[in-house]
Amino acid sequence: MPEPVRKLVGKAAPLEMDDVDTDQIIPAQFLKVLSRKGLGRYLFYRWRFDEQGNPREGFLLDRPEFRDAKILVAGRNFGIGSSRENAVWALMDFGIRCVVASSFGDIFYANSVKNCLLCIRLGEEELVSLRTRAVSGDLILDIDVERETISLPGGQVIRFSLEPAVKHWLLEGLDEIELTLRSYGDAIRRYEEGVRSYLKPRHDASPPLE
Amino acid sequence: MQRTVFEKIWDEHTLAKRGEDEYLIYVDRHLTHEVTSPIAFEGLRSKGRRVRRPDLTFAIMDHNVPTADRTLPVRDEYSRAQMKALARNAAEFGLTLFDYFSPWQGIVHVTGPELGLTLPGITLVCGDSHTSTHGALGALAVGIGTSEGEHVFATQTLWLRKPRMMEVRLEGSFQTHTTSKDAILYIIRELGTGGMIGHVAEFRGTAVEEMSVEERMTICNMAIEGGARTAIVQPDLKVYRYIEGAPYAPRGEAWGEALRYWESLKTDPAAKYDKTYRLDVSRLMPQISWGTNPAMCIGVNETVPDPRTVEDPAQKRSYERALAYMGLSPGQRIEGTPIDAVFIGSCTNARLSDLVQVARLVKGHRVAPGVRAMIVPGSMLVKRRAERMGLHRIFIEAGFEWRNSGCSMCIAMNEDRLGPGERGVLTSNRNFENRAGPGSRVHLASPLTAAASALEGRIADPRRYGLAGIEELGLEWVSPWIERNILAPLGGG
Repeated sequence: MPEPVRKLVGKAAPLEMDDVDTDQIIPAQFLKVLSRKGLGRYLFYRWRFDEQGNPREGFLLDRPEFRDAKILVAGRNFGIGSSRENAVWALMDFGIRCVVASSFGDIFYANSVKNCLLCIRLGEEELVSLRTRAVSGDLILDIDVERETISLPGGQVIRFSLEPAVKHWLLEGLDEIELTLRSYGDAIRRYEEGVRSYLKPRHDASPPLE
Repeated sequence: MQRTVFEKIWDEHTLAKRGEDEYLIYVDRHLTHEVTSPIAFEGLRSKGRRVRRPDLTFAIMDHNVPTADRTLPVRDEYSRAQMKALARNAAEFGLTLFDYFSPWQGIVHVTGPELGLTLPGITLVCGDSHTSTHGALGALAVGIGTSEGEHVFATQTLWLRKPRMMEVRLEGSFQTHTTSKDAILYIIRELGTGGMIGHVAEFRGTAVEEMSVEERMTICNMAIEGGARTAIVQPDLKVYRYIEGAPYAPRGEAWGEALRYWESLKTDPAAKYDKTYRLDVSRLMPQISWGTNPAMCIGVNETVPDPRTVEDPAQKRSYERALAYMGLSPGQRIEGTPIDAVFIGSCTNARLSDLVQVARLVKGHRVAPGVRAMIVPGSMLVKRRAERMGLHRIFIEAGFEWRNSGCSMCIAMNEDRLGPGERGVLTSNRNFENRAGPGSRVHLASPLTAAASALEGRIADPRRYGLAGIEELGLEWVSPWIERNILAPLGGG
């Protein structure tokens, strides 16, 4: 069950890049796992390690001032590409609890919600200004999910908005399967009784005509 | 209320609504593969849950599988472990499995449609973003994550936010060497990687009506690269012909009932879209990617963009980075760039019609010395059909490797990959940094452009090659299915 996120206080790291796809967040080679644990070491792997696996110098999240960042302030279209939920697990295992961007890949966004990784959409201007302030390496943000606010040092407050269903989910971190079966089990059964039987797959399949 | 085909299927499968825009959708087919499923099965096991409808759930090995000799052991221990886990989970939860040795094994988005698992009017999900492919048959198909997959296993339903509708209207007729792959690359180039975020792309218009079902699968497949939640084409006679007689498709009386239902799934004439994009494909030229996302594309005889002419600072930066990664200079012609490899494969372009097109171009020619050119059929059924036709002889004589089916170099989870700094023309869907192996340089293109490039050892314009007529291929065998669905749309039937 995901851990709910209500309030989050943490350092912001500026990832000044658009179109960060899930292949960059975690390369396909590290999808060959049977467990979601420990994926943080593969986060942004190709940017952090060379082809022999030696650390590259100077990647944002490996710099001392950002190593403990909990909030990634990115650009446009964060998390496009593959459906791999490993991208979300890798970010969270690394310690990232929130990504701020101007837009997100749809599947990445849905996966984030399921895992209570907070994804905040901001307009371009606010995003760039926040990212610029984060460059210093000492920007601590105070995020309140219930109120939909990001508080900056010095009293500035940025407002964001979440779809009600997403917000509810982030605040509660529920077992969705349990909920669906409990509240909609009858509806599912009724639907299955009335379903178009002619659209069911045949299980007396014979080889296709080649 | 006037509705689109997508909205009709959506409404038909909605069980409940939660909050403002979350809908509980019943899932008619769940396709699953070895990479995104093990953690979902583990989740079921840890809670003592079962797969609610094993009869609607099908497991296929595709991402990891080697494409060389199937009688040899799978060398990569992690790949082997995921393949074994899928077999164990399929057995434990009672699912139909197409494993490494199955004659019906293939890439899930090739196999689903060809086996009749994908049908018009159904909802279909798979833990893979390219699930949008199945929309080409008039299915409501969405790619999902692992947590969502576990929810579908346990409940046969999925909570979805209702996407907005985008009309992508393609008119005109393609020139002979320009394909639906070039059209979708051009569309993404125009709209950007985020241009369709939050939307379902409904492809329609005379150019879509004229396309074969397999050409439609190519555009639906790559709509996701433009950010679309999924894509769809309203079903028609071509789709019915494509699936008629497939092993899992309805037969007899059920087929007649299905046909009547499918005929009701047309987009209403006054249905509304949130966005519209129009393209006349008749002047389109073959496209190829130059950079590190699918929107970074140009015509094959155009020049690579110069970041100095780009105003937006973020875009300028990403262009500079892409050029450096790809080892290209601003303003250079892309045609003539030397390459190391060509890959004809993937869920985008490895169906039988793609292979016939390649055969028409390469017949009587030879792959340039020093170029590794491989053809990885989209499924073992595609492979067998091609071999019965004799296409493989044309490929082997031309110097191509003729391999077994899998996702292969498109995702490089098996041994098929480019080395650091190696440049390849691939018929797949993603050119992200390191996608085909660490340091790999990927150019996305159509099968015709890839084939022409293989012959020259450089990025090449396919229009410089004639296409042999179907009758000149010397086909050894053709079935009625192939006649109708593959050759006739190419003008050879």
